[in-house]
Amino acid sequence: MATNTVLDGGTARVGDQVGRSPPRLEAREKVTGRAEYTHTMRLPGMLHGKIFRSTVAHGRIKSIDTSAAKEVPGVYRVVTSEDVRKVIPEPYYGPAFHDQPILAIDKVHYVGEPVAVVLAADPHVAEEAAQLIVAEYEELPAIFDEVEAAENAILVHQELKPAGTFADLKHLKGRKGTNIALDFKLRRGDVDKAFAAAAQVFEHTFRTQKVLHLALEPFASIGDWKETGLTIYSASQGPSFVRTEIARLLGWPENRVRIKVPYLGGGFGGKLYIKLEALVTALSMIVRRPVKVALTMEEQFYTITKHPSTFRIKTGVDKTGRITARKCEVFWNGGAYADIGPRVTQKSGFTASGPYDIDNVWIDSYALYTNVPPAGALRGFGIPQLVWAYESHTDMIARALKIDPLEFRRKNILREGRPHATGQILENAKHERALDRVAERLDWAKPFDRGTDTLRRGRGVAVAIKAVISPTTSVANVIIAGDGSTTLFCGTVDMGQGSDTAMAQMVGQVLNIPTESVKVVQRDTDVTPYDMGTLGSRSLFHMGHAVRLAAEEARDKIKALARDVGEPEGSNIPLAELFKKKYGMQAGNIVGTGIYKPDYVPPDPATGLTPNATPFWMCAAAGAEVEVDTETGQVKIARLVNVVDCGRPVNPKIVETQISGASLMQLGFTLFEKMHLDAGQVTNASLADYKIPGMLDIPAVMENEAVDAHQSNGPFGAKGVGETATFCVSPAIANAIADACGVRLTELPLNAEAVFRALRANADKPLGDE
Amino acid sequence: MTRTINFTLNGEPVAAEIKPHHNLVEVLQREFNLLGARESCGQGMCGCCTVLVNGTAVSGCLYLAAFVDGAEVTTVESLASGDTLSPVQEAFIEAGAFQCGYCTPGFILMTTQLLDAHPDPDDDQIRHYLSGNLCRCAAYPEIVNAAKLAARKRKAVTSG
Repeated sequence: MATNTVLDGGTARVGDQVGRSPPRLEAREKVTGRAEYTHTMRLPGMLHGKIFRSTVAHGRIKSIDTSAAKEVPGVYRVVTSEDVRKVIPEPYYGPAFHDQPILAIDKVHYVGEPVAVVLAADPHVAEEAAQLIVAEYEELPAIFDEVEAAENAILVHQELKPAGTFADLKHLKGRKGTNIALDFKLRRGDVDKAFAAAAQVFEHTFRTQKVLHLALEPFASIGDWKETGLTIYSASQGPSFVRTEIARLLGWPENRVRIKVPYLGGGFGGKLYIKLEALVTALSMIVRRPVKVALTMEEQFYTITKHPSTFRIKTGVDKTGRITARKCEVFWNGGAYADIGPRVTQKSGFTASGPYDIDNVWIDSYALYTNVPPAGALRGFGIPQLVWAYESHTDMIARALKIDPLEFRRKNILREGRPHATGQILENAKHERALDRVAERLDWAKPFDRGTDTLRRGRGVAVAIKAVISPTTSVANVIIAGDGSTTLFCGTVDMGQGSDTAMAQMVGQVLNIPTESVKVVQRDTDVTPYDMGTLGSRSLFHMGHAVRLAAEEARDKIKALARDVGEPEGSNIPLAELFKKKYGMQAGNIVGTGIYKPDYVPPDPATGLTPNATPFWMCAAAGAEVEVDTETGQVKIARLVNVVDCGRPVNPKIVETQISGASLMQLGFTLFEKMHLDAGQVTNASLADYKIPGMLDIPAVMENEAVDAHQSNGPFGAKGVGETATFCVSPAIANAIADACGVRLTELPLNAEAVFRALRANADKPLGDE
Repeated sequence: MTRTINFTLNGEPVAAEIKPHHNLVEVLQREFNLLGARESCGQGMCGCCTVLVNGTAVSGCLYLAAFVDGAEVTTVESLASGDTLSPVQEAFIEAGAFQCGYCTPGFILMTTQLLDAHPDPDDDQIRHYLSGNLCRCAAYPEIVNAAKLAARKRKAVTSG
């Protein structure tokens, strides 16, 4: 059975709010079924939109026949890009590139791309009518594979259209004749020379598959256009970005666009940037009524996915087993629209060479356009794909050199005070400690039960770091009412990670009040100030600092108010009395504001080097013990150990569930999840055909731990943890499988078929294709 | 096309105008503003839409509303009485057995039914019984703990 251990006790002293584990503030709403989600929201007079989607991967739209759909009783309107352009003349959006149209214009670029929308008061009518739309396409050659796409044989887009938001993408403007949306390069030392001098050189290629966030609350947005402005209700992880981008599309000031976000039924990076928000904006403007578009589970497979990747990695070692050089070529399959892919390419590119001390590093990281559903951020921002490759590779080298894999890692690991591949000096990074704790928990030094002939047992470890995305900004307000009660306004979206509770703990800590007494306002861009987005495990650190600063300003103003009304220093007069003394009745407010943006130095365009790539490192190690049934290829996870450095846990219980949940999600991506595509068409777009982890997939034993740490520049010593436990799961299991039965898999998922095929190939009895 | 159905909803007699293709979840949401049962996968695979019909859990997204004519329907909203949560709801909070909360009503109804059938379940019974409910946040270890805690709480209530 799963044992979820450690993080016992926390670090709180009596009276502390940070370091204890109060239940989530919204817990009662969630267990009574009364928590509000966009997918179940309704507005009076609302119409439902159902999307008609492309059936070809790449083609010119010859015609769209909507006549039969319009004749269905109850259909209010059928909308195509022609109608959209009447209200939004340039309807292209995206965080990195303005490449994605609200509805397809002239061409379609993947199977499942939205082409038209039927509006009706009854969603069943809209759905039925959408099936009567007929589109004719002139099919064009399509490209699906990321490595082939790099060779430019078939072009997905004729010209690159960078958004201009990110300074380091501006040079791509107007670039033609390529599918490479971004090429990030890092050059350190001289790899060619080092390879020539190396005692041995190892080169391997690893691949990852296309997988899905699959939040149980599918994407949903409601647009409500009024003469005075536009309100969008949306399941969004980034309301501030949505507001900015919708205002840009409309040519409006930001203050006419309001984004309201209730609780999210899961996000995992999928509900970032623009998903349905631009569409419901256009639809609501066209019909001047509220319009809701809520996707089905199937439609999520056509919206945003994780990046499939190909990683060619080459490493040189000297005769003592020291790594002297590493060359990484990473190809990211971004699909038909860039979404945040170019940032994944660059930001994960920083750490492609792993948590090792290597003098000569060469990294090429390419974001590719292809004719498949777009890829974006998914819990790790590219890092799990990289760690899968470099930590499998590390094990392969260790085995070839006949060095214990743990020992080989310790010999080469990057330690605090040493320069990382980017040039930044490593600080506050306890990945080696995490690896040590994994080894201790696995009793690595002791003899290991290797099982029987047909049930082979093995074990493996992995270690990783991630540079948190930078630079980003967060703003928070703390407002104290005349009765002394405290409200926090911050744009961090609680999608299940418990941020509302953690932020309230920080307010409580500064103001010396119970966490449970702090109200956290639901995200509403009319009242909650700017935040870059709830992504990349950045919020606890960045928003945490903003919240801390806002609370500190409020605390200082309380002291000033006390002085103002003649209270002696250190008086413990209730706040309500202070307000009453000042304003003569229960009246007035104290407003504290906090803004936080860490320092950052952009990488040198030629070398990719920077002394300040990130304000903090996320550090992880994992260990797995597996049993492989050599007669079937079935892999059973007997034990999974996850250890992270997240600084000081603000809420130990929530940290534990983040570690556990992240690692179990990655377990699905490791063992069985895979979107199957046939000529660009997803052929398993449902939960019946795409399996995610369930109750029976939990490892027999699971242990989670956060090492004792204090992030010196973090709020209350903390840093983010939402993604950390995803990093190492895949390679730890692959390494354990190799240890158990000698087969090395280089492509995810590690399912029974893949293991069995590899076992048969190893025995010189390979299976055929069918 | 429309017809009227009469049924008992969380102990109260109710009526609703429905069409033959309406499923139970949409009728609960649209006609009664009960939003705890939610459609997610639409295929009966995830359990987010779990509703009890005559005491047995069904997938509300696949269950035609017409079929509840004359039946007793129970939703997650009936479990708490006033401010007092049910032992299962309390246990889910104390064990931290959810993150985003979208699947939680389904898990809570299934756990309630589990404990009706097996007042003192072991790990295997819990995992088997709840294997039809999915949680993408993967709060599974905590949910197993919550089920055990709820069993203890229910025993304390009956013996006390």
